[in-house]
Amino acid sequence: MQVNSEFKPKIVAFCCNWCSYAGADLAGSSRLSYPADVKIIKVPCSCRVNPLFVLRAFEKGADGVIICGCHPGDCHYSTGNYYARRRMTLLFSMLDYLGIEKGRTRVEWVSAAEGVKFSTVMNNFVSKIYQLGENVKLGDLRCRK
Amino acid sequence: MVHKSLEQACLIMDRSGVDTRKCMMCGKCSATCPAFDEMDYHPHQFVKMVTEGDIESLLSSKSLWKCLSCFACVERCPRGVEPANVVEALRVTLLRRQGENYITADDIPGLLDDKLPQQAIVSAFRKYKK
Amino acid sequence: MQKIGVFVCWCGSNIAATVDVAEVVQAVKTQPGVAFATDYQYMCSEAGQSIIKNAIKEHDLTGIVVCSCSPRMHEATFRKTAQAAGLNPYMVEIANIREHCSWIHKDKNEATQKAIILANAAVAKVNLNAPLVQGESSVTKRALVIGGGIAGIQTALDIAEAGYEVDIVEKEPTIGGKMAQLDKTFPTLDCSACILTPKMVDVAANENITLYTYSEVEQVKGFVGNFSVTIKKKARYVKEDLCTGCGECMSKCPSKKGKDEFNCGLNNRTAINIPFAQAIPNVAYIDAEQCIKFKTGKCGLCEKTCSANAIDYNQKDEIIEREYGAIVMATGYEPIKLDKFDEYQYSKHPDVITSLELERIMNAAGPTGGTLLKMSDKEHPHSVTFIQCVGSRDISGRGKPYCSKICCMYTAKHAMLIRDKYPDVEVNVFYIDVRTPGKNFDEFYRRAVEEYGVNYIKGQVGKVYEKDGHLVVQAVDLIANKQLVLDTDMVVLATAIEPSKTARDLASMLTASIDTNDFITEAHPKLRPVESPTAGIFLSGVCQGPKDIPETVSQAGAAAAKVIGLLAKDKLLTNPCVAHSDELLCNGCSQCEKVCPYGAISYIDKEVNDHGVRETRRVAQVNEALCQGCGACTVTCPSGAMDLKGFTNRQIMAEVDAICK
Repeated sequence: MQVNSEFKPKIVAFCCNWCSYAGADLAGSSRLSYPADVKIIKVPCSCRVNPLFVLRAFEKGADGVIICGCHPGDCHYSTGNYYARRRMTLLFSMLDYLGIEKGRTRVEWVSAAEGVKFSTVMNNFVSKIYQLGENVKLGDLRCRK
Repeated sequence: MVHKSLEQACLIMDRSGVDTRKCMMCGKCSATCPAFDEMDYHPHQFVKMVTEGDIESLLSSKSLWKCLSCFACVERCPRGVEPANVVEALRVTLLRRQGENYITADDIPGLLDDKLPQQAIVSAFRKYKK
Repeated sequence: MQKIGVFVCWCGSNIAATVDVAEVVQAVKTQPGVAFATDYQYMCSEAGQSIIKNAIKEHDLTGIVVCSCSPRMHEATFRKTAQAAGLNPYMVEIANIREHCSWIHKDKNEATQKAIILANAAVAKVNLNAPLVQGESSVTKRALVIGGGIAGIQTALDIAEAGYEVDIVEKEPTIGGKMAQLDKTFPTLDCSACILTPKMVDVAANENITLYTYSEVEQVKGFVGNFSVTIKKKARYVKEDLCTGCGECMSKCPSKKGKDEFNCGLNNRTAINIPFAQAIPNVAYIDAEQCIKFKTGKCGLCEKTCSANAIDYNQKDEIIEREYGAIVMATGYEPIKLDKFDEYQYSKHPDVITSLELERIMNAAGPTGGTLLKMSDKEHPHSVTFIQCVGSRDISGRGKPYCSKICCMYTAKHAMLIRDKYPDVEVNVFYIDVRTPGKNFDEFYRRAVEEYGVNYIKGQVGKVYEKDGHLVVQAVDLIANKQLVLDTDMVVLATAIEPSKTARDLASMLTASIDTNDFITEAHPKLRPVESPTAGIFLSGVCQGPKDIPETVSQAGAAAAKVIGLLAKDKLLTNPCVAHSDELLCNGCSQCEKVCPYGAISYIDKEVNDHGVRETRRVAQVNEALCQGCGACTVTCPSGAMDLKGFTNRQIMAEVDAICK
């Protein structure tokens, strides 16, 4: 696919309140930059992320969705991230089948102390999305001019 | 005033794969170095001078060719700086410079003798034909 | 339809320098539901808060959005502000345009556009917010302190002093921790045992404190105010209530080849043992792996010797379950293992020792009775070389990336003490930087140099080797730009410290966050340094980061104050963002019950009115006092009956829509 120089991806990041949201705060207070294309939605736990939210994001034109939770074993609610991991594994392979490449979806573990990791992960993810280009696979062609 | 070039410094960092700014000046490389007394600039100074961009002094130094490449400094550096790789990058930089070689490709046949390994001759031609 | 007020904060120049706040205000005014929008320099200030309060009253606002710093910072502040103006505090949402926007982006246009989207998402969410009311939960007025070093001791004493009951769990057979092993303390040169042991005695004597030594925390359940903890009390094979600590058994025990852990393995101990004379509790324990009775079934000498009949070879591990309102982590540290530092010969030569080992050698109760001797031949050394930063500030993977903080000062102390007691001994200290930030610290270090004649040499040691029966140190003097080769009799390594190995497992049990170095993360690095982000978990001592004794004691007191503040409450307000089930949609499948980590969901038979049809159905019911609001059940529910207040499906979808617009 041609990489459009005007292309500004829409990226939704679901961040667990206890770890990666705080990790994003730490990235902010340490001034570790990542592209403005990433917009964060706070959730109480990665297990609150309903697969429907991810589908909704792609339906509404998101180019990438990333879910960040606590490291395995460190979940604030003890087991939530394990549920998230299983659900998203299934969802992502289904999305891949539908034509939304695996590179557009990701689950990452970022703790509250890992501001550097948060910024690295986001930079990395965004550059992947730039590589993949605009997400058109689920767009309704009838609506296109 | 010594000529300083940060561009040159970046080139050396790039070639060696070493970020010399990680150095915290503990001197463990120099403490370890078996060729310390032979050198005019010591391993920790190599790292510092690359950071500061003082590449020319290093390229004309005696130390550049005194390093034994034993990699003891690489092994023991607590910051993962790898001074021996910096030395290697500097050597390569000097060798790649055009027109500044002490000999030219044409000089080589005159220097040949029977005992010289074939591999050394080929490599000499490769190095100096530029 | 909501009437929403949007308040955009400049945060001085923190936000306003990269985000055009006026543009955000203009843009957000066009959003559905927004009745009022304004900006101000500091929304969190009193003036800023009154702008919010006045706007709520004047415009009859039903919800507000504050575009400012992270909700982790000021969400509570703005909720209180809203409440003071008569608005339900859960009608407040924060758009994080500082940490997540202005601080990480440089381009003003880009940052402004992002801030507008974040504000729009928050507005979209508030449009769907509903007022929530906090519930109440009880507080068990008892605290648990994990770790019985100086941090745990001080925390427990302070809590007990306030009249609350405290339990200490210590994995070793005695409390005291690392401080009990030290000889002197810097910068005053107080005798460590003399200042610590009275505190240990206080712990034993305090009616409010229960000690569980030789014990470990097995399991933690529950939440702030209501933790339920399982403690395993390992079998000592000695009855604690009968043993008088006379030590007669130790003198008779024939198995004398155990490594004495208290003396860092520098000498041997018996299988039945009391770690040191001032141990609390002063009760022996049997090392079953070393004991002849356990290995062969024969011996039993200690049982015959004990006049108090305290020996019990059949003792079993005991499981204790207790309820606590608060838990304090005080798990402390260990010096790192030096097996990766072959160049210093630590594992090969007995005269290369760690600083903690030197501490035992210098101690009157240590393996040499307090005389400085080489461990190889028990001779007096003529020169001692100290090497600093062994494994500290090391990013090569062999050591730890952080500064261990205490080494500069204890090395100065050791050097000074040696020069003081043995003026004939030459002392060299190889350092990278000497870090002495602390009261009287730099003066102390300078005294070591100026009054005691300690040689400080800037540079590291490359290697230590043996030649003709003595040790040789090859190092560099960076200031003289010379390589040095010195003969020496003893080498002391200022070994990096790392958090106790137990910290990671405990943090998982407590759901407290932990960093990559295994230090427990504090709730806020500046303003909440003794609390974990997990409510009810507090931090004391080195488990949070490297500290010396005075800092540990201050932090221990601070943690105690926080615990007392918690235990003094009769009721805690609970998080109202809990799950709730729509009984008309619930099909009674029990999926949610299975994923709930708190057992908060139960099933009842309930009469429901489904569009005029009255029938009894099996439906899920959430116990709001137990639910912690993770949301696992909401995603599991196949019929979509379960939802999470404050983070409803519709709210999150609205945010997604706003971001993807």
